[in-house]
Amino acid sequence: MTRVASALFSRLVIIIPYAWLLFFFLIPFFIVFRISLSQTAVAMPPYTPVFDLFGGLSGILEKAREFSFDNYVWLTEDVLYFNAYVSSVIIAAVSTVLTLLIAYPVAYGMAKAPKTIRPTLLMLVILPFWTSFLIRVYAWIAILKPEGLLNQFLMSINVIDQPLIILNTNWAIYIGIVYSYLPFMVLPIYSSLEKMDHTLTEAALDLGCTPFTAFWRVTFPLSLAGVVAGCLLVFIPAVGEFVIPDLLGGSETLMIGKTLWNEFNANRDWPVSSAVATILLLILVLPIVYFQNAQAKADSEGK
Amino acid sequence: MGTWSRFNIASIVLGFGFLYLPIVLLVIFSFNESKLVTVWAGFSTKWYTQLWHNQALLDAAWVTIRVALISATCATVLGTLAALALVRYTRFRGRMLFSGMVYAPLVMPEVITGLSLLLLFVAIGLDRGFWTITLAHITFTMCFVAVVVQSRLLSFDQSIEEAALDLGATPVRTFFAITLPVIAPAVFSGWVLAFTLSLDDLVISSFTTGPGATTLPMKIYSQVRLGVTPEINAICTILIGIVAIGVVVASIVTKQREAQRERDERAAFAQS
Amino acid sequence: MKSLGSIRRSFAPWADPASKPFISVKNVTKRFGDFTAVDDLSLDIYTREFFALLGASGCGKSTLLRMLAGFEQPTSGEIILDGQSLAGIPPYRRPVNMMFQSYALFPHMTVENNIAFGLKQDGMPKADIAARVAQMLKLVKLEKFSQRKPHQLSGGQRQRVALARSLAKRPKVLLLDEPLGALDKKLREETQFELMDLQQELGLTFVVVTHDQEEAMTMADRIAVMSHGKVIQVATPAEIYEAPNSRFVADFIGDVNIFEGAVGGADGGYVRLEGTNGFPIRMASPERPATGGKSAVAVRPEKIRVSRQPPAHAPVNAVQGEIWDIGYLGDMTVFHVRLKDGRVIKASSLNAVRAVEDPLGYDQEVWISFGEDAGVVLKD
Repeated sequence: MTRVASALFSRLVIIIPYAWLLFFFLIPFFIVFRISLSQTAVAMPPYTPVFDLFGGLSGILEKAREFSFDNYVWLTEDVLYFNAYVSSVIIAAVSTVLTLLIAYPVAYGMAKAPKTIRPTLLMLVILPFWTSFLIRVYAWIAILKPEGLLNQFLMSINVIDQPLIILNTNWAIYIGIVYSYLPFMVLPIYSSLEKMDHTLTEAALDLGCTPFTAFWRVTFPLSLAGVVAGCLLVFIPAVGEFVIPDLLGGSETLMIGKTLWNEFNANRDWPVSSAVATILLLILVLPIVYFQNAQAKADSEGK
Repeated sequence: MGTWSRFNIASIVLGFGFLYLPIVLLVIFSFNESKLVTVWAGFSTKWYTQLWHNQALLDAAWVTIRVALISATCATVLGTLAALALVRYTRFRGRMLFSGMVYAPLVMPEVITGLSLLLLFVAIGLDRGFWTITLAHITFTMCFVAVVVQSRLLSFDQSIEEAALDLGATPVRTFFAITLPVIAPAVFSGWVLAFTLSLDDLVISSFTTGPGATTLPMKIYSQVRLGVTPEINAICTILIGIVAIGVVVASIVTKQREAQRERDERAAFAQS
Repeated sequence: MKSLGSIRRSFAPWADPASKPFISVKNVTKRFGDFTAVDDLSLDIYTREFFALLGASGCGKSTLLRMLAGFEQPTSGEIILDGQSLAGIPPYRRPVNMMFQSYALFPHMTVENNIAFGLKQDGMPKADIAARVAQMLKLVKLEKFSQRKPHQLSGGQRQRVALARSLAKRPKVLLLDEPLGALDKKLREETQFELMDLQQELGLTFVVVTHDQEEAMTMADRIAVMSHGKVIQVATPAEIYEAPNSRFVADFIGDVNIFEGAVGGADGGYVRLEGTNGFPIRMASPERPATGGKSAVAVRPEKIRVSRQPPAHAPVNAVQGEIWDIGYLGDMTVFHVRLKDGRVIKASSLNAVRAVEDPLGYDQEVWISFGEDAGVVLKD
């Protein structure tokens, strides 16, 4: 192997994945944006003008005149879309907080567990993640139905005498998101807690803190990086979530992922769904960039 | 850390109960005699035997497995390269953009990824079907592989690569003789992760599919929309069983290997 | 005093103007961004020399070693090995091998395969590789461990595998980066001598990087003391210790007392210093600093005497003080003597007899004194 080949090799290490991601990840966003400026048409593909790379520059410019922001105007005129965006963000935020409230004690308990059983606990948290997301959401339908297992159980122990209506409400969505995304919250919090030097807590106690103030003034701030990472890992995908609102939320629920899906699959309105996706992306750009920075920072610290 | 309080234990038990109870119930009711999923009517395996006669379902499972095998393998190659680029080449033009493109798909809502890939395939005139699903899966799973491999590379003692260079191995040989074997476990877990993510995906597949290419999640989804049936419970149980056995076996093997390693180290220490 | 180093072995090619250096570092500078790791450094190393680069962490010694190995390229200047410039030659084409601080053993290969790795890269026939590996295993006394993996070895054994692996290709130069840093103290001392014997036996040139002055003093023919990317002094261990060329070197190697003063003149190879510590100093010196200028004299603690009575030469090279602290170290005792101006002088005396009658005690008035050849006049 010559030195030229070696140099080529190190170039290829960068170029191959870079080119792949550019082509299959970044460029599609521009296509989404471009089609969001087109008009719906009864054709295949169902929009006009059709993007024609071979029409030359003048052809592209010609077509560009037909572009319009009509779809975006349409989105602002129909209050349904606005409500769907707002309710998606609210549902995602509420679910994120609920996930945090459940995940933190679990992660804390895991980090405090004897060293010998920690790997087992860790595996038990990761295991559900390996099983199908769809299956896990599906499992809740049978539990939350009016005649489902939860109501049967609660009625049999006489806590309630009327079945609770949970399925097809926002509560079902909260439960679904918390349940599906719990490992994503537990893992970063656990790893930041596990790295922590436990003598710090002892030092705080030694200096006169009560166990609670020691936790609140020392442990919690130091685990904040994990908390932030976990919240972003839950919040961002939850905003655009489709499967959970679709299966658990019923027809009344407004979430933008579902709206987009319907616009695309039922109405076959590609330009409007592209506009919906573009705005969703704009809403999420800030948290995504924040997530990337946090990730990159964690990596450079890992070095 | 001798203070594993009752509160700690309780929160773990409740948290894990929450995680596992739905799955356990799902598995139990897959053996239900009755067609009603919520009323126990006796043990039966008839839903499993029915599965064997559902040709459409078996076809979908076969498509899913082929997609997952091909996409996981390609994603592992690309993801490993991406991880190397991120860890080893800290300065190149457009690195910021590159790391952004690696991390963003991890949190990107699937509807956006699915839609954008579909529009790309339409724009370049690719016939939609098996291969478009595979390409889409390669793209979103390679980033997960990159993250897994990257974390291994970060804890990698680079002096062993320098040692190989110093002993006369070219960079390319060093990569194949030293780097790859050492990070192989991480590359393998990246592959497994990509495989299961691909197996599991509904949204991106639904966007990028075409006539004749139906995956198992798509099949399950369309049946779930019609109602909960023990037959679906049975498929789910089989899938869960495969994954659970795989993960448990893998973790037992690694655990034994680690225990062996620890014994070796202790022995080496004692004889010195 | 110049010949002190060569008493150990009559080996001093650097003193012979006719001998050619084997490695020549010529005005090498290495910058990482704004940081200058190695600053216009020049150095000659001779065949069969055991050469040590000594300095605190961050002084540039490891960077210099990595430039010799080829892992870093000089920003400017060049390195010549055996008459050939190393510029642009990648590490895998250089006739030098390195022993890494972390040993850098390949975790997935047996001891045998680790040692054979470099030979395989050269395409050596299988039988020859086997023979060479066996020879190397014997050299480092690890014949029984050839089938073990690195994690099945103790720290000392790993160190020996690393050594065998870097020697297997018979490099012209062996570079050692803190070779003993990971070993405990006792093992380190034993291994120092093993390394020296090995180097003698194989007739190789060793360049070792270390921050441990004792290690450098024990093993090296010559030491380069480095600071902030520059070489401060290159000399034999004895010269470095007894004739440091600067306050930095005097301070860096061992303990030292520094007396400052104004140069009061010179006579017949001696310099007089009007001490700022309240006593005049007369010290042998080959150099003659300008009269009236500031200068300083460095005197090692073991060359300072502590006595109840003033010496005959008082007040020259002698001053009164009181004992401030006594540290008993077994083989010797260290006294901290406080002078009138508050300065504390360190003096040590060998405990040559088991019990001393009427030993010196705390707060006692004593004289400290030293001979006219006990110290060095520092240039700066």
